[in-house]
Amino acid sequence: MSTALSTFESSLDRLEVGWTRTTPDGFEDALASAIDPPAVGVPLGIDGVSLDGTAVETPPTPRLLREANTGVTRAGKAIARYGTLVVDSDPAGTEPVSLYPPTHVAVVRESDVLPDVESASDHLGVRFADGGSSVFATGVSSTGDMGALVEGVHGPKHVHVLILEER
Amino acid sequence: MSAERRRKAEKIRHLLETEGDAVHENITHMNAERYDAIERFDDFEALREEARAIKEDAIADLPALVEQVRESVEANGGHLYVADDAADANRYITDVADSKDADTLVKSKSMTSEEIEMNDALEAAGVDVWETDLGEFVLQVADEGPSHLIGPSLHRSREDVADLFNEVFDPEEPFETAEELTAFARDYLGEKIHAADMGMTGANFVLADSGTITLVTNEGNARKTAVTPDTHVAVTGVEKILPSVEELQPFVELISKTATGQDISQYVSMFTPPVDSPTIDFENPDDPLGSGDGEREFHLVLIDNGRLDMREDDQLKETLYCIRCGACANSCGNFQHVGGHAFGGETYTGGIATGWEAGLRGEEAADEFNDLCTGCSRCVNACPVKIDIPWINTVVRDRLNGDATPSEFEFLVEGLTPDAEDSVDLQKRLFGNFGTLAELGSKTAPLSNWTAKLGPVRSLMDEYLGVSRERDLPQFQRETLVEWFESRRPRAPNADATRKVLLYPDAYTNYVLVERGKAAVRVLEALGAHVELASPIESGRAPLSQGMIDTASEQADAVAADLEPYLEAGFDVAVIEPSDLAAFRREYEYLLPEAAHDRLAENSYDVMEYVYGLLENGADGSTLAAPEEPVAYHSHCQQRTLGVEAYTEAVLEDHGFDVVTSDVECCGMAGSFGYKSEYYELSMDVGEDLYEQFADEDDRTLVASGTSCTEQMGDLFGRDVTHPVELLDPGP
Ligand code: SF4
Repeated sequence: MSTALSTFESSLDRLEVGWTRTTPDGFEDALASAIDPPAVGVPLGIDGVSLDGTAVETPPTPRLLREANTGVTRAGKAIARYGTLVVDSDPAGTEPVSLYPPTHVAVVRESDVLPDVESASDHLGVRFADGGSSVFATGVSSTGDMGALVEGVHGPKHVHVLILEER
Repeated sequence: MSAERRRKAEKIRHLLETEGDAVHENITHMNAERYDAIERFDDFEALREEARAIKEDAIADLPALVEQVRESVEANGGHLYVADDAADANRYITDVADSKDADTLVKSKSMTSEEIEMNDALEAAGVDVWETDLGEFVLQVADEGPSHLIGPSLHRSREDVADLFNEVFDPEEPFETAEELTAFARDYLGEKIHAADMGMTGANFVLADSGTITLVTNEGNARKTAVTPDTHVAVTGVEKILPSVEELQPFVELISKTATGQDISQYVSMFTPPVDSPTIDFENPDDPLGSGDGEREFHLVLIDNGRLDMREDDQLKETLYCIRCGACANSCGNFQHVGGHAFGGETYTGGIATGWEAGLRGEEAADEFNDLCTGCSRCVNACPVKIDIPWINTVVRDRLNGDATPSEFEFLVEGLTPDAEDSVDLQKRLFGNFGTLAELGSKTAPLSNWTAKLGPVRSLMDEYLGVSRERDLPQFQRETLVEWFESRRPRAPNADATRKVLLYPDAYTNYVLVERGKAAVRVLEALGAHVELASPIESGRAPLSQGMIDTASEQADAVAADLEPYLEAGFDVAVIEPSDLAAFRREYEYLLPEAAHDRLAENSYDVMEYVYGLLENGADGSTLAAPEEPVAYHSHCQQRTLGVEAYTEAVLEDHGFDVVTSDVECCGMAGSFGYKSEYYELSMDVGEDLYEQFADEDDRTLVASGTSCTEQMGDLFGRDVTHPVELLDPGP
């Protein structure tokens, strides 16, 4: 196992973010146990896995954004050191789907796990040059503004990562 | 106390009573997290260097970078507007709102929008503005200003917020917990976001080559604000531009660690607007996202408002490197106790507020709070871009001094002040010329000590000089350290000395705390060094702390001239008072030619650092006094900034002392600060933290390195306080 991957997993543990390692074959089962329906999603764009035929509804609508308990998206990259998901915005709605529902389930390919922020610069550089946008999302939304730490404010209260091993 | 001072003291007392506890509790927590996050992060120092260098270049290239941003934003289909000032910015933003027929705007926290009072401008134009950051929302509901750069409502406790919300929103079940309050605010603001016509954010960084803006938040509100409404306006200072994503990385890593003590913030959004995320039309809930006819529109408003002039100001320029993390405020002993409503101007707060307010609104804007900076320098190592914040405070203080009008009570400090800077306020002249005062006091001791104790004299001093009646004044000694040293026999060099050291006698050591000077001489000699005493010329520390830079410069020149022949002859310089060492190593950089400063900085040592070096190099420690009692040691803030306090601890521990040390930021006294009538109470309140740390240590000898700490601890504990070198004194 790559060191980046094991670092990533321990970073997620430290953040108390759940994760499941799965294969394309086990994907549907892993997804089913990770989501809290109703769920809304955007196509993952990863060969060998799909949201078709799962309980995840596509395409996203404003109502689904408001009412779904779970949003399912891909994370284009992940950063092992901090347990960060690099959520790449797209016209399908990855950004809002990862943000609005109280649970975010992110699918990341094992080979997309990078060691640190610096190593994500190339990925970002190419995207920005193209007019693209990305978000580093680490752990769950939180605030201390009401006098104590509370999780889940404008963003999700729970995050679960499906780490996809490739054949 | 004069009316002006009384008013200041009252304001501070009021804040101590109303906001002090919540501020103190919240900042203590944040600081613990911050120190841990930095401790865990090996690259901190290297990245600070890198970030600093990037900012230096970016500010130097700013005009070109602005043009590059214009090209990239326009190439993406957005609009760039560079606003000269607040009115210009507000006019542009309200025009955009007008062109969209906007009734409501949701906003993510932005200090720049506070700076231009954008909410008022929009409200006046008929646009409802909603703050979506929960801290800002609390303030909006309470109708008050932020008290902290990143924790705007840090001065409010949960109970406060609950009372406020219960009163304003009158819920069926009164709010109690933070969860209930958060859930309510989230739902309430969620509806506002869904319905808003426009979204407004700040921008922590703007990338010139791609037009990407970076937003750093924990709540996720900036993301919702930026991508939910179809029109997004980002408002930020023109100084936030970085060339490209390559230069972004150090800042992403640093900002969260120095701001909140998180390894990384929950959301670092890097949007290249207009973003390609689909538009969201909550009025047609069942149509797929993006199917409304909404088009995304983006405006980036970069605000000058004095910043481009600051670039031309050699001293204030560094302020533009600031990334608004708030670490300087958090590391400040005074800020920890009174918070931002005392420690800031119209918008910005904390250590760097002086630079910001002076740059954006003129020096007078900083007059009100600039004195709260004691120059302790604890913020220096906290700043991720290595801004010398105390120096900026000193410079602004100096510029403000120049404007003060001479007073009719001149005669009180007659003879104490050199001609330079003679329009400076009396209190400042008194404290700024401590050396002259001490010399006089010593010549006339014990009469001077006796008169100084008299009630009427203290009343006069309080009224006209602002010297607090509560403080014990220094007791001047009849025999100075220099006189004692000169009277010693033999005066021949120590024949087998391996090192030659010049001891620097600061005014306190020479005239007041003479024993610590004698102890230093005897300890160094016992360890085999040949000791000479420098002339008792003030280092300039005292005038510097009053912002009297000319006087300090003259003194620095005199000290350098006095020490020069010794340095030439291979002497090392040992310094007893940490703030003087800090002057030699830090502030002299601004006061002396580079070569002279470098040589002095490299060859001067804290006296205990020097003792450590001698012992490490084989000197025989058994010649020193054996440890007798366990000690409670408080090092000195400037000593800690220089990183030399560890030597004292090491020497004492290696020598067999049982040592406990304090870790509070500051004793609260910091030179003259604790003597000033208007700050006496705050000074004692800050000192309370130190008091608590040593409250149960009553069987230990109290030990402090700095004079101010010595005096403050004397007042706090009512016991004698010893300099560490005295513990090692082998005696006559
Ligand atoms: S001056 Fe430095 S420490 Fe203070 S807010 Fe700015 S960046 Fe942070």
